[in-house]
Amino acid sequence: MLAKRVIPCLDVHAGQVTRGLQFGRAEASGLRNVGDPVELALRYNEQGADEMVFFDITASAEGRKSMVDVIERAADQCFMPLTVGGGLRTVDDIRTMLRAGADKVSLNSSALATPDLIRAGAEAFGSQCIVVSIDAKRTAPNHWTVFTHGGRKATDWEARDWAQKAVELGAGEIVLNSIDSDGMKGGYDNDINRAISELVSVPLVASGGAGKLEHFAEAVEIGHADAVLAASVFHFGTFTISQVKDYLSERGICVRR
Amino acid sequence: MSTIGIINYEIGNLRSVEKAFQASGTKTRWVRSPQDMTDLSGLVLPGVGAFGDCIKGLRAIGMWDAVKEWVAADKPFFGICVGYQMLFESSEETPGIEGLGIFKGRVVKFTDPKLKVPQIGWNTVAVKQKSPFLNEISDGTFFYFVHSYYPQGVDHSIAALETEYGVTFTAAVTKGNLVATQFHPEKSQKAGLQLVKNFVNLTQKS
Repeated sequence: MLAKRVIPCLDVHAGQVTRGLQFGRAEASGLRNVGDPVELALRYNEQGADEMVFFDITASAEGRKSMVDVIERAADQCFMPLTVGGGLRTVDDIRTMLRAGADKVSLNSSALATPDLIRAGAEAFGSQCIVVSIDAKRTAPNHWTVFTHGGRKATDWEARDWAQKAVELGAGEIVLNSIDSDGMKGGYDNDINRAISELVSVPLVASGGAGKLEHFAEAVEIGHADAVLAASVFHFGTFTISQVKDYLSERGICVRR
Repeated sequence: MSTIGIINYEIGNLRSVEKAFQASGTKTRWVRSPQDMTDLSGLVLPGVGAFGDCIKGLRAIGMWDAVKEWVAADKPFFGICVGYQMLFESSEETPGIEGLGIFKGRVVKFTDPKLKVPQIGWNTVAVKQKSPFLNEISDGTFFYFVHSYYPQGVDHSIAALETEYGVTFTAAVTKGNLVATQFHPEKSQKAGLQLVKNFVNLTQKS
């Protein structure tokens, strides 16, 4: 049986893993350094993470080059799926990351600016390595607006419409990151997760809001997520990945042990 | 120490394949043409992306016949993902393009509307064969899959591992000194590295 995945996300700023509240901005002082990305990746690898996401939180805002070196070092030691996101704008950017050892790339602002990047990436490397990551905020009842630039700029897209468009263009997976829930530890936004999971044919990764063990189970049971992604609860040691997996397993959810 | 060749036709993430074999105690060499094949103890055919592109890529570097001859001579061979699918006759993904045709079977798409396609993630296998390639691999071992297509009509005598995803499909085949997997051993942590190590051990014996 296909297991539900537990995915730690490493937000990387200037080569260090950082974490802030609600889309904390790299240039603001609200970020805390939590360590070397490769060391953390190895720790998660040991704990049984199902895959890992490295996200360059500065790249999109400041046009900074992404972290080829981090990916190479991680890929050389962790034999598990790696996704890279942040500031990838061209097919060449995607190729560079895949060559460095990434299996998937996560496109966000750049895909909204140039939707054709999704198609071009999927054609060149296959849909399976093109993940479209959506930052969504509830702006009206039953309406979620897609934002870019770390949650600072609203777009004209409704999250479900954009998810559907992205899949049509060739996205092989959708990550839904709730701006409202991010960093708040109050649970995932299961409404939007479920709506998108039922709408699109590709896997949905729930992101933003995990604070308790129950939240991971709810994301699967209520939000119909295929995978759950979290950052701070793992970085700060609130839970280990194995604790989350033990809990999900007790609730009857299939996880890899 | 023996050297294992990894066919490199500029597709996707090959670095992880290289590192997985190196971590299993062998030297590796990129094979970008048949000239790179001297003194190899084993040959690995990775594959990522579309079936047709991989076939074209393999032909473009002149490795089409070389792979067929290598396998026909029963030299140690490891096919991964589309490198597994290419061993069959054809694929629904790119109609009209011939596969290597080493095994009977056609690669088809998952069609159950209830399924998320591609299948992305960790799924279990059922062991269907005793083989030194499958040392330490048992029923229920998880491997990492990323695919929308699987081979249908695979001969039971070569089916080594089976997996359920809406349908039961052949997740790995073995025959003589050949092993090929739909999943990615290089991304399957300990279980994947074990499979790679089993292969490396075998090349070092033969």
